[in-house]
Amino acid sequence: MISLAGRDILHGWGKFVLTGVGLGLLIGVTLSMAGVYRGMIDDAQALLDNSGADLWVVQKDTLGPYAEPSSLNQDTERPIRAMAGVDRAAGVTYLTMQIAHEGKDVRVMVVGAEVAEPGEPGQPPHLIAGRRIVQGHYEAVGDVKTGFAIDDEVTVRRNTYRIVGLTSRMVSSGGDPMLFLSLKDAQEAQFEKDADAIVRQRARNASSPLLNPPGNPAVAEAVNAAQASSTNVNAVLVTVVPGADAEEVAATIRRWQRVTVYTRAQMEEILIEKMIANSARQIGMFLVILAIVSAAIVAFIIYTMTIGKIREIAVLKLIGTCNRTIAGMILQQALGLGLIGFAVGKIAATFWAPFFPKYVLLLPADSLRGFFAVMAICALASLLAIHAALKVDPAEAIGG
Amino acid sequence: MRIALPQSRRALLLMAVLAALVLLLGFVALRSGPLAPVKVTVVRAEERAITPALFGIGTVEARYTHRIGPTAPGRVASLAVDVGERVEAGQVLAMIDPIDLDQRIAAASGSAGRSAALEAAAASQVADASARLALARSEAARGEELFRGGWLTRAALDQHRQALAAAQAGLAAAQANRAAASQDRGRTGAERAALQEQKSNLRLVAPKAGLVVRRVAEPGTTVVAGQAVIEMVDPAELWVNARFDQTRAGGITADLPARIVLRSRIDTPLRGSILRVEPVADAVTEEVLAKVSFDAGSALPPIGELAEVTVGLPARSRTLAVPNAAVHRIGSDVGVWTLREGDPEFVPLKLGAEDADGWVQVLDGLTRGEQVILHSARPLTASSRITVVDKLP
Repeated sequence: MISLAGRDILHGWGKFVLTGVGLGLLIGVTLSMAGVYRGMIDDAQALLDNSGADLWVVQKDTLGPYAEPSSLNQDTERPIRAMAGVDRAAGVTYLTMQIAHEGKDVRVMVVGAEVAEPGEPGQPPHLIAGRRIVQGHYEAVGDVKTGFAIDDEVTVRRNTYRIVGLTSRMVSSGGDPMLFLSLKDAQEAQFEKDADAIVRQRARNASSPLLNPPGNPAVAEAVNAAQASSTNVNAVLVTVVPGADAEEVAATIRRWQRVTVYTRAQMEEILIEKMIANSARQIGMFLVILAIVSAAIVAFIIYTMTIGKIREIAVLKLIGTCNRTIAGMILQQALGLGLIGFAVGKIAATFWAPFFPKYVLLLPADSLRGFFAVMAICALASLLAIHAALKVDPAEAIGG
Repeated sequence: MRIALPQSRRALLLMAVLAALVLLLGFVALRSGPLAPVKVTVVRAEERAITPALFGIGTVEARYTHRIGPTAPGRVASLAVDVGERVEAGQVLAMIDPIDLDQRIAAASGSAGRSAALEAAAASQVADASARLALARSEAARGEELFRGGWLTRAALDQHRQALAAAQAGLAAAQANRAAASQDRGRTGAERAALQEQKSNLRLVAPKAGLVVRRVAEPGTTVVAGQAVIEMVDPAELWVNARFDQTRAGGITADLPARIVLRSRIDTPLRGSILRVEPVADAVTEEVLAKVSFDAGSALPPIGELAEVTVGLPARSRTLAVPNAAVHRIGSDVGVWTLREGDPEFVPLKLGAEDADGWVQVLDGLTRGEQVILHSARPLTASSRITVVDKLP
């Protein structure tokens, strides 16, 4: 026994399915927008996850290394390594820059990490192709989003690096893919000036009687050498031994090393509350508006669908169909439309998500919430339609 | 009947569309997003010979650099050579302005001549004193005889004796004068020789055959003592001053073969060997320093050029090895994810040497032929569901 709703759907099934698909695409856009919002937050969290650190030691009174510039001497990590509760400590540098590759500019975040042993904080935790960096110099591991392939050669500042491995989901908080170099190479890329600047600096030094005193030519050489070298890092990533309280270890480092230390929770707050807060809120606001507009459109579609059948409903009333049956038919149709719409939306969102330039994260919990929201909106919209249907005069079926 | 058939066909079509939707939905829910299984590639642990290699960078340097400059402050008068010229041992490279040195030599020559004249005068005085002594002696002898015969008074004899003693003293004085004069001649001669030596020291000469690489000061420049005017090297003896990361520099010793790639000639590596490992490492950059010499027959590069040095260490015997992309650290354990009964399981390992292609020696913890997860689309956990694929991404 086929239901009244089913019969009505079958009567105009093409229209019904097409309406559902249209609705679905709208829902898909809303789901994608939620995915964009989640992806933005996930990018920030991925940055923290991938660094593999429990604590971030940065220049005193800065929000570094992601939100503000920070610079520390590389040997800061040595005394930290010796502190109770610290398992590993490794210097790391971050530098966002453009790299020319095959005629195009690729925006990457160059990360310098200690490569000597696997699992040092700052290294990419997993690879999807190739190998880790073995040589201390001129090898790089890139995120797959950079578009680089294994054995590609990329030029960072003055040196050429060979891509030996690829990884995924290694992005900066802004979504720029990462390029991992050995720490020394990255320091060179970050702190060493280009040849022109060095030559100009030398000339400047030579013309200064203070830096190039007549009668003591060794001073100028010493000044040039001092200006050309740098062994700084942007932050020291620290992991704590299992069971140790990160907050306590952070307090000890803060107290005795006189540097600023952030725990994971604080770093997350800096990234999410301070760095991406505005853009995330922007997307969030748009998501709210989109959800309201989608809900309104769904409601209108169901309402107009019912109004379009008002003459048939009048006939049903005329032949004595009870109100419950009519209401049930409208509700079932609305929920059916919602189901089709949700399914199409979810599928569409999943299929077009990978084509977004930045990460789109479709959480199952979001989908579930979206499902219930769609069903609730459909039910509410059908109430309006039912109200209109029940008010209809059976005489309209024969009159006009 | 006429209506029923199309209706059932419509129902079928609708069902088909709905079924397709449900299937697709199920597929996307389980195959994408956080619920999807992690795609991995696997590799079998196999035995292979690991040839560890060390990689370092350095600059080409001359083994001996001669910085040639004056030993006293002075002004550069002239330069005889230019950068790039080859010079022989003893060749004059530059002259320092002698200022008043020639005049001082002339003055010293004058003093020496005067000393010689004085010495000659002193010699004449000795001859004179000798003659006086001979006369006094014969007169004294005659006086003695006369005194014994009673022909001479004691007073007269005493006068003769006194004359003899005075003549003897006069000779001694003249001889002393002559010695002083000859000493003085020696001194003025030495002074003159010293000034001449100083003058020759103003000629900067090549200590050995070589190549002039720098002209540090031009004529007219005043240089301080010890400051270089010309720098020259022996172009036959160049080496690479290479730096190796301390953490990976274990096993580096002298005589190991090395492959040197110069920045200007990336396609034609040169052969060389470790000449010595410096006993003192760089504490600031945390690098081990070593000198790498070029093998004979290599065309030599410009000094100061950047070079990459790959040192091959002796090959280890065949042992179990895994690619380094498979190695992870969980907590304080280093190990690999193995595939056991379709599920990932983390196995802590003891690892050994690593070669330049990223193979790591497994000392303990893995058996031969075991499946090891090489690449994964996401970081793995023990509860990850996985699908093995041939290639990522």
